[in-house]
Amino acid sequence: MDGSTQAAEDTWTVAGRTFTSRLIVGTGKYKTYAENAAAAEAAGAEIVTVALRRVNLSDPSQPMLVDYVKPDRFTFLPNTAGCFTGEEAVRTLRLAREAGGWDLVKLEVLSNTKHLLPDMEETLRALKLLIADGFQVMVYCSDDPVYALKLEEAGAAAIMPAAAPIGSGRGIQNFLNLGLIIEQAKVPVLVDAGVGTASDAVLAMEAGCDAVLMNTAIAGAKDPIRMAVAMKHAVIAGREAFLAGRMAKKSYADPSSPMVGLI
Amino acid sequence: MNLTVNGERRTFEPLPHLAALVSALGLDGRKVAIERNLEIVPRSAYLKTALADGDQIEIVHFIGGG
Repeated sequence: MDGSTQAAEDTWTVAGRTFTSRLIVGTGKYKTYAENAAAAEAAGAEIVTVALRRVNLSDPSQPMLVDYVKPDRFTFLPNTAGCFTGEEAVRTLRLAREAGGWDLVKLEVLSNTKHLLPDMEETLRALKLLIADGFQVMVYCSDDPVYALKLEEAGAAAIMPAAAPIGSGRGIQNFLNLGLIIEQAKVPVLVDAGVGTASDAVLAMEAGCDAVLMNTAIAGAKDPIRMAVAMKHAVIAGREAFLAGRMAKKSYADPSSPMVGLI
Repeated sequence: MNLTVNGERRTFEPLPHLAALVSALGLDGRKVAIERNLEIVPRSAYLKTALADGDQIEIVHFIGGG
């Protein structure tokens, strides 16, 4: 032993791009783009998700996301939020590629506006269309290990199961399935959607996720900037605990102070 | 000329190309992506993309999302 505890930098790689931060943040639901940018900075995020919508023709001078959350500072991950068919998703991401000039995207094909859970049959079909079109696709999916494997076999760049419905803040609902998905995956697994507070992010990382993607947990907090800081620490803490390897659970107490030499 | 822009039917003075439409709308072409009749027009082609009466134009950009 040379006494050095310096470990190699803990990074993760998706579609050939390497990142240090394991927290991806959304850019929706903030009061202003300025608050949004401050939260993304406070979270230490390197990737932010963005949506694609029609420009407002009646007021072209309205503030634009890219003027605050800058594409040269963050990797933009365009999403297909609001798409219910594969064709809509492909059309949206082709436009996003033209708007931003990159091919790393987040696919989500929704089934129902009440729970926003993914339509997995349509998601898999859209994934194949996108891959044929040269995209690198991170896929929002249900926490079903069977479909997760199908996505990976079809060429998904990352598997991103929902912890709970989008914006519900209910935390991880199925640790067993999440564990199975992580165990079988050879590409990064991220919990995407459903995180409510810092402990949810810790649990996701302790379970072995490569990263966590969240939006409402930060944007919907009373103090979004402070919650962004909390989430940054939570993801780091969960990751470190995962790497450290937790102690075994025991049925009975085990004293921390020696029992010999008592006066 | 009549164009449908983002689902809205609008009348313009004759426009020589797509770049002229972008500036007529007061938009920054570097921050948008455009479809003409469901086909994406690369930004580099705005100046050489002619417009025809009745064209359907979609102009989109990035906004906040999760």
